[in-house]
Amino acid sequence: MEFITFIILMMLGYGFGTWAERRHYKSIEEREMKYQKLPTIGLKHPLPQPGRVVKAQLAVGNVVISVDYFKRFLASLRNIFGGRVSSYETLVDRARREATLRMKESCPGATQIINVRLETASLSKNTRKGSIGSIEVFAYGTAITYK
Amino acid sequence: MLITNIEMIPGRKIVQHHGLVSGSTVRAKHVGRDIMAGLKNIFGGELKGYTELLTESRKEAMGRMKEQAKQMGANAVVNVRFSTSSVASGAAELYVYGTAVTVQ
Repeated sequence: MEFITFIILMMLGYGFGTWAERRHYKSIEEREMKYQKLPTIGLKHPLPQPGRVVKAQLAVGNVVISVDYFKRFLASLRNIFGGRVSSYETLVDRARREATLRMKESCPGATQIINVRLETASLSKNTRKGSIGSIEVFAYGTAITYK
Repeated sequence: MLITNIEMIPGRKIVQHHGLVSGSTVRAKHVGRDIMAGLKNIFGGELKGYTELLTESRKEAMGRMKEQAKQMGANAVVNVRFSTSSVASGAAELYVYGTAVTVQ
């Protein structure tokens, strides 16, 4: 009985997880194209820009994202053999790009976002010890609008 | 209230420093949200409930920081930093701090 539950969870995780990831990547890529013109930099000083500053404000964006059952199983296998855990690499990649995009979306009309910082926190406490499960990425920076 | 995470406010001049201001909030998660999160742990994807919870909590922490800055007579907070720590299982502390200044 337990084995059947495990197989069902694996199949559900694989099916929905792969579908959700593909859809998420598609949406990330579309929105990244849209915001390609907005410079997002880690420097503390604004890029030289004609005009004067009309607005400077904090821009924030965050996302909590979880890995699916199948990928968690793959990662636990990886814990035995060692090596790259590509299933978690896509998880953090998606989370960071999504948080950065939300930060950009939070300040319409901005000319540039400077001093961007990204913070990552592991959230899951209910899963087995040592597994990541879900992570939060928080992105923040200063959005400057020139005119 | 102007807030930035750099040492200055672009386009404005800082005339007075008031010192460090901070705000924090400790939040626990919600049973309903936790059940949803459990489901999402199978399917994968964004945990919208948690995203909202953390956004609200950070807003509250920032509100407290702004309140403190206002009491000091500041009109801006510069060099803002965020930090997150889990104080107990199921509860997280969100802390935000910065320097209160007066700008022209």
